[in-house]
Amino acid sequence: MSNAPVDHGRRRFLTIATSVVGGVGAVGAAVPFVASWMPSEKAKQAGAAVSADISKLEPGQLIRVEWRGKPVWIVKRPQAMLDELATHEDKLRDPASEVEQQPAYAQNRHRSKKPEIFVAVGICTHLGCSPTYIANDFAAQVEGVTSGFFCPCHGSKFDMAGRVFQSVPAPKNLQIPPYMFIDDNTIVIGEDEGTV
Amino acid sequence: MFKNLMSWIEYRLPFMDKMNLHVMQYPAPKNFNFWYFFGSLAMLVLVNQILTGIWLTMNYVPSAEGAFASVEYIMRDVDYGWLLRYMHSTGASAFFVVVYLHMLRGMMYGSYQKPRELLWIFGMLIFLVLMAEAFMGYLLPWGQMSFWGAQVIIGIFGTIPFVGEDLTLWIRGDYVISGATLNRFFALHVIALPLVLVILVFLHIMALHEVGSNNPDGIDIKKDNDGSVAQTEADKKFTFHQYFTRGGKKVIVDAIPFHPYYTVKDLVGVAGFLLIFAWVIFFFPEGGGYFLEPPNFEPANALKTPAHIAPVWYFTPFYAILRAIPHPFMGAVAMFAAILALALLPWLDRGKVRSMRYRSGLHTANLINFCISFVALGVLGVLPAEGVYTLMAQIFSFTYFGFFILLWFYSKNEKTKPLPVRLT
Repeated sequence: MSNAPVDHGRRRFLTIATSVVGGVGAVGAAVPFVASWMPSEKAKQAGAAVSADISKLEPGQLIRVEWRGKPVWIVKRPQAMLDELATHEDKLRDPASEVEQQPAYAQNRHRSKKPEIFVAVGICTHLGCSPTYIANDFAAQVEGVTSGFFCPCHGSKFDMAGRVFQSVPAPKNLQIPPYMFIDDNTIVIGEDEGTV
Repeated sequence: MFKNLMSWIEYRLPFMDKMNLHVMQYPAPKNFNFWYFFGSLAMLVLVNQILTGIWLTMNYVPSAEGAFASVEYIMRDVDYGWLLRYMHSTGASAFFVVVYLHMLRGMMYGSYQKPRELLWIFGMLIFLVLMAEAFMGYLLPWGQMSFWGAQVIIGIFGTIPFVGEDLTLWIRGDYVISGATLNRFFALHVIALPLVLVILVFLHIMALHEVGSNNPDGIDIKKDNDGSVAQTEADKKFTFHQYFTRGGKKVIVDAIPFHPYYTVKDLVGVAGFLLIFAWVIFFFPEGGGYFLEPPNFEPANALKTPAHIAPVWYFTPFYAILRAIPHPFMGAVAMFAAILALALLPWLDRGKVRSMRYRSGLHTANLINFCISFVALGVLGVLPAEGVYTLMAQIFSFTYFGFFILLWFYSKNEKTKPLPVRLT
């Protein structure tokens, strides 16, 4: 042990330098722990686009396709349903789909590429339940509207273009996924450009 | 020979000294009533959960493919598997019953007030971890309500502006709740959170023994040793650890050693609790659909939402607050604020008198308001959010928060009754 006087400046520098280096090391060591919670490559693969055959879809019928584990609805809307979309816009929260819940090509009254084919993620924008499709008796939910979607969890209501009605818990219209038509009978969900 | 061994150990690890400090010579106020059962009962339930939990993991399969079937296997094929599982699932509900009553006791007798603020904070942290533990545990059977309940709760994080979407992706580890989510919840449920819970319980008790137990009168049993309060003959009968007299600076009055007096008294509480607990396990293990909800007897299905999603009963008061507010993120904020308000009680209550016995009638009325609001929200959280129920949830959320706001205002200059010098 030498009896040299303590160099406080040097000691402080060494303390701070050690703390900083140690802190950087701790953050670095945390990276694998935090990052391992992100979706794995396998999960990302499973989240790839899916295609569906819509040749047998009847007017008014709804089919569900699983994309990224979420139910995606494909509904063939008859003309009556399309006509009805214009009649209740004063009761909607966002009739013109101004909130970005859809690709640009679905920002229209029918919220779809082809007017008759409606594609939407069947998950309520409130807290993630899947609403029920009510084809004929929707008037019990909203007066004067024949068909729509009703969420059993917290009572949110959507019209046949997935637009949310006023004074329900859901804040936004239903999400429209990216999609494209390969031909008249095949639709691809999760991809809207290039060849799949 | 044995005595030599004991003193050999004691010299190297003062085990007996610590036992005396925390158990045999710990001064507990002599006037504890039945409300003081719930602390030790919470520890009993914790032991029950850890023991039955370890045994359940011996047969449970933590995977999306195997989880539901393995729970059925435990229920049907494992000897006494049904009992271990019902002890665990009923234990979860019992845990919350006991903890809610324990917290109410603290509110009635002002046990959160100075100098017990940190003790109360540790208690609130235990409550938070307990809620996380219960939520993650409920996913493990991989039933419909497990899946959709988790969907709703994780969805709450998705309401956070900007980062919500990525945060939920990170929590789930997939675009939906999947096997990845199940496995990480399993890891947290059986290892991480129980460890944290046990450490917090240890800190809770250490913090309690440092400042001493409160009591129904809310007055101190450690008095300054300046001759103003004299020990009676009864006080002199017991020896307390010298740590508590702070080297003669304090005299301890109206106290009895925790052991044997309260260990024996708590045994009566344990017997009463086990009687009810066993009755539920054997005759109503599903708690009428409130402890184990009917849709959970169907395996999780991402494409089919149950008609009505309600969390387990112990979450419903907070869930009702979440739903009462139309804006999802503000609803989530209000829900967390409801818990935060409880944690801030030591600072929201500006009163100096602890026990409601000596506080104003307004305070008692306010406490009753809190209880009614909490129970009413709990009931509304189970019911569907429609029409008049939504309005009622809004009213009771208002009165719930009103409790804290009112308390802050009147507690500053509250008209209190004179405090006794000695315990009554």
